[in-house]
Amino acid sequence: MAIKTVKNAAGRTVPLEINGLPVIPYKGVGKHKPEGRKYGPPIPSCSDYPDDGNKVVASLEEALRKCGLKDGMTISTHHHMRDGDLVSNKIFELASSMGVRDLVWLPSASFPCNDPVIKYLADGTINRIEGSMNGPLGRFVSEGKMKGTAVLRSHGGRVQAIQDGEVKIDIAVLAAPSADSFGNAKGTGGTSACGVIGYGKTDSMYADKVIVVTDNLIDLPCFPMEIEGNYVDYVVVVDKIGIPEKIVSGTTQITKSPDRLLIAELTASFLEKSGILKDGVLMQAGAGGTSLAISVFLHEILKKKGWKSKLGFGGSTKYMVKMLEEGQMGYILDAQAFDLDSVSSIERNPNHVPYPVFNAYNYHSKGNITSMMDIMILGATEVDLNFNGNVVTHSDGYLLHGIGGWQNCLHARNVILPVPLFRDRIPVIVDEVTTLCGPGELIDVIITERGIAINPLRQDLIDSVKNSGLPLKTIRELKDEAEKICGKPQKPQFEEDIVAAIKWVDGTVIDVVRKIKT
Amino acid sequence: MKKSIAVSGNSGPKVRSDCEITLELKSDNGITIDLNSRVKSLYGESIKKLIVAVLNFFGINNAFVRIIDSGALPFVIAARMESAVKQIINTNLEYLPDFISENSYSTSRDRFRFSRLYLPGNNPGLMINAGLHLADGIILDLEDSVAPEKKDEARILVRNALRQINFYGAERMVRINQGERGLKDLHYIIPQNVNLILIPKCESSDYVKLIAKEIDSVKSEYNIANTVFLMPIIESALGIENAFEIARSSENVVAVAIGLEDYTADLGVQRTLEGKESFYARTRLVVAAKAAGIQPIDSVFSDVGDMDALKENVLASKALGFEGMGCIHPRQISVIRQGFAPGEPEIEKSKKIVLAFENAKLNGLGVVALGSKMIDPPVVCRAQKTISLAVRLGLLPENWLNEIPTE
Repeated sequence: MAIKTVKNAAGRTVPLEINGLPVIPYKGVGKHKPEGRKYGPPIPSCSDYPDDGNKVVASLEEALRKCGLKDGMTISTHHHMRDGDLVSNKIFELASSMGVRDLVWLPSASFPCNDPVIKYLADGTINRIEGSMNGPLGRFVSEGKMKGTAVLRSHGGRVQAIQDGEVKIDIAVLAAPSADSFGNAKGTGGTSACGVIGYGKTDSMYADKVIVVTDNLIDLPCFPMEIEGNYVDYVVVVDKIGIPEKIVSGTTQITKSPDRLLIAELTASFLEKSGILKDGVLMQAGAGGTSLAISVFLHEILKKKGWKSKLGFGGSTKYMVKMLEEGQMGYILDAQAFDLDSVSSIERNPNHVPYPVFNAYNYHSKGNITSMMDIMILGATEVDLNFNGNVVTHSDGYLLHGIGGWQNCLHARNVILPVPLFRDRIPVIVDEVTTLCGPGELIDVIITERGIAINPLRQDLIDSVKNSGLPLKTIRELKDEAEKICGKPQKPQFEEDIVAAIKWVDGTVIDVVRKIKT
Repeated sequence: MKKSIAVSGNSGPKVRSDCEITLELKSDNGITIDLNSRVKSLYGESIKKLIVAVLNFFGINNAFVRIIDSGALPFVIAARMESAVKQIINTNLEYLPDFISENSYSTSRDRFRFSRLYLPGNNPGLMINAGLHLADGIILDLEDSVAPEKKDEARILVRNALRQINFYGAERMVRINQGERGLKDLHYIIPQNVNLILIPKCESSDYVKLIAKEIDSVKSEYNIANTVFLMPIIESALGIENAFEIARSSENVVAVAIGLEDYTADLGVQRTLEGKESFYARTRLVVAAKAAGIQPIDSVFSDVGDMDALKENVLASKALGFEGMGCIHPRQISVIRQGFAPGEPEIEKSKKIVLAFENAKLNGLGVVALGSKMIDPPVVCRAQKTISLAVRLGLLPENWLNEIPTE
């Protein structure tokens, strides 16, 4: 059936309707002004809950039945169990055996361990995923095999959609490393500790029904609670919510690749010479090998200069923890902990503070903490001549990653993308991104092993490194260099069918992904 | 026909930027290509076109080709295809990719050779970005890092790499094989504007002369004018005994290097971190090189994870008189460069000495004094060498003397 499409403000052709629901085409950065009041979940009554506060039920199946699981419902989960998640797949296994159909799964991210849900997408238990799609799941969706259309949102965009009622969660199933029988829950303790479970906080507040699943039931009160029992309907105790070594990496590793280290060195040098790195700097870097190396190099510079970063925003890693402990960072505000050192730092260091993402990234918050960050290190699968970025598809057109916090983080003061010029012959800098995830006006600097391109909109940055001796190039020069080495790639072939919608942080549709022509 | 089915190149889960090609000649039905590539949707058509072009170049019009590709660049695919063809048919033809203009430079006899990065000659993934790490020299190795059965295909790959990869100004070096195979290597390598040839396991001046003669004959055959420098590597007791003769065996010898793994093996002793067992050989080599007016170059340091130990090693090496060292990992390059470069205190002290010398000259004094201390001529000479090194490394402006306020 033909759905009406329009060209949005970014020049991308997008539909006016997705999954039978009207959507708003992207209007530009900060242009969409939502009106009305936030969505409110139904009013509960404490008289319906046990006086002794004990909400434990015998099994997840019983909890789902008590929550009234039925066809077409939206089930949300958080991704703090990462690739060790043993809860999400179980929900759909139970739903399938209960004969429930057409569910919508709203994870804050999915991982390779979630590939088994392909079975439930295929058998009709799940209609669609609104979240991220990686690996085989991405392939399944890209080949047009999912019944509904996927919706990809940023971490902040997910909160926005929940808060303004674009998505209504029927049942939130929240895995908790520690919980008490009232439903208070936290990310530390037990054998499945992940540090923080802040991504589930919004779900707990806005879902109709909330189930906390734990393998570590502790005495009341589970303190300090991130999920508050007052929002929770049922508590389920299971043997294991996750496989520990896959929840957090034992240790995050700096890249060993000499080429990536070169990019990291160049990035640190750029931040120093441009004056972006300074005493009191606010910074955020991811957990990828290159980002970690950048953190280490920045730490060295801070130490050498006797400077201190006022605060770092997590995803935390041991390298950030090291800065905190050695006195080069004042605080870590943390939305997720990537390794065991970070988890234990949260447990013992009062300056390492769990910080729910809904305070940080959300379009409907009264301010966005990422817009205060001086340094924001991000990645991308593609960047184009207009500095537009893609993080969800590869140049071959297949969905491969979620958006994560990437779009939200673009609002930082200086957005730096350290990327290789090409990966195994696949150029990263292209004429036009395959899928638009972030508008170029928000992306400031591209740092590759063969040179640095600064967005012409940032004349201030261009001036700041004019005589620095850094290898400055235009983005076109970088693209030409990549094509000279790799050859000019063909474009992937798509059919008309839309398999996924890419939401901007404000809920508008910035682009869509179409079915791969096979 | 030598073989009916040929296989060249590499594939496997850890292989990057390479491909494995299987070639089978057919009598009819044209060229069929079975392409398995992670970049198929981006480069599938151009890969097939290239395969057909190479086969047609060698007069092959009917064949079955299977490619398992992990993002190989065109010059790699062409090299692998040519290698497969040459396993099946006898030909002297060469399918040469363009020689990029960035690689047309020559190097000078006395340029720095602090760091030279070894790259295994049959591993294209490590070659593509090698020049970015700013080693003084890049060695494409045809000798010990290439398995015996891969020697022929490495030679073709290295030839293409010399034509297609931008080395960003690094001295373009190749380590050839020993003996006959090494002489044949030269025919592939010398026409590609290679700047320096490393001669492994060199034990006599005659052997250097033999290589030099072969290079001259290839040069005249291809009408090549550029100078090809030589760096013999001495890796045996006999080589050490002949070090001085080797060092002055040809006017194109610009450096001699020592290879300690083979040297200690030849002596039947363990190679230690401290290096007592090779102390004599190293100092003997340094003296031989200095006597011949060329650069003595130290062996590689093989623990790529230990940068502190490498730094110590470099400083010890510099203290013996070496002027460079081999690298087997790009991260070693900056440590080595910094180690061989004069440090700030050394430069400051040398500046004072040279300044005192210049002042003495100006005032017609025969004796140079710094404060109450007399400075001997060799001390001045060493200080002048340090200063000239610092200027060439950009650590000191060329006119530094004029910038010092007169007292």
